[in-house]
Amino acid sequence: MSDPGVDTAARRLMGCHHCGTTWQGAIDGEACGRCGTRLHARKPDSINRTWAYLVAAAILYLPANLLPVMITKSLLGTQQDTILSGVIYFWVSGAYGLAALIFIASFLVPLFKLSALVLLNITAQRRSSWRQLERAKLYRILEVIGRWSMLDVFVVALLAGLVRIQGFAEITAGVGIAAFGAVVVLTMLASLSFDPRLTWDTDADAPAQDMTMDNEPI
Amino acid sequence: MTEVPDAIVCEGCDAVYRRVPLRRREVSRCPRCGTELDRHAGDQSARVLPLTVACLILFAIANLFPIVEIELQGLSNQTTLAGAVVALSSEGMSPVALLVLMTTILFPLMQLCILFYLLVPMAYERRPTGFVILVNALQALRPWGMVEVFLLGVLVAIIKLSSLAQVIAGPALWAFVGLTVLLTAVLSFNPRTFWEMAFEPRPGQEG
Repeated sequence: MSDPGVDTAARRLMGCHHCGTTWQGAIDGEACGRCGTRLHARKPDSINRTWAYLVAAAILYLPANLLPVMITKSLLGTQQDTILSGVIYFWVSGAYGLAALIFIASFLVPLFKLSALVLLNITAQRRSSWRQLERAKLYRILEVIGRWSMLDVFVVALLAGLVRIQGFAEITAGVGIAAFGAVVVLTMLASLSFDPRLTWDTDADAPAQDMTMDNEPI
Repeated sequence: MTEVPDAIVCEGCDAVYRRVPLRRREVSRCPRCGTELDRHAGDQSARVLPLTVACLILFAIANLFPIVEIELQGLSNQTTLAGAVVALSSEGMSPVALLVLMTTILFPLMQLCILFYLLVPMAYERRPTGFVILVNALQALRPWGMVEVFLLGVLVAIIKLSSLAQVIAGPALWAFVGLTVLLTAVLSFNPRTFWEMAFEPRPGQEG
């Protein structure tokens, strides 16, 4: 790719995020001539929307981890499990790999996503030029791993549908799983509403000079 | 506004590049932020339709047959994916039931049906009605189909139960394994390619 690093703003170009067509002299909000999608230089209200989803997700993160996600009724009595008590159960019974998997997918990934998006959003809001390449990579990682947090929702759903043997063993879903599912959906919406291009909108707008420094073989 | 046919805009950082022809299996990335710019489509578009049909068949098997069966004290119970959704909603967990229904059944099925509906007429170089809406829907649905995550969830649930009861894998479990593999191949097909198929290819994209 020759001639890199000139921003669309500098050339008054706008790319359609749906069909990838490039337009010259397009006005924000105008419809793409190829696919009809509204063209926007940046996702509208990206930072505020991302904040709204993040705050909602952070609030629900507490009940998601404190309330029981699964209630097991067996001959031995009733047992209520939270996300972390499920991890501890696997760890104690010797299934270390599985304990680590659930701990990462259900506990670490949502926490990592929340803190990473807060970081990305704050730095984008301040138009910071701090570690832009790393921030771009961080965002791409978030897009890939976010969905895997749904793991526990599916485990509980399947167990609740399967273990329904009256009197012997019965598993029902706890309120915590609803909060947990909401956290996953909200963090996914947060990362979808964040515009990665904001990472490169800095006050020291000199992308052509930065290029040689940021360039790195991939 | 005028189209700039030989320009490509990075979605990750808005840098502009000149579009260069790619060879087979080549992928171009933005040197500034590393986001994928363009990818040689190859003969992928020819492979997607048969794979989509195979996915639809596996999808039917995966949803019609029980996934797992448990046996405990001579009593047994089994469930399909839809059965689990119904059980959840009868326990007053309708939002969670809806979430599971959408991410594992509805959205993947919609993706497959839209792909099938679009690919069949386009093999005869016809543009089907509703093309714009459906391609946009395909792009919007992309992050929300979670069949592969569900498969991992099934495996975790089986291990969790194996200490409590005898667990027997149902035919749907194997269908889910196959479906996950094929869906990965089908969904790696970028919906953007439809725009190149519907219009004449941009410079450097033919062949």
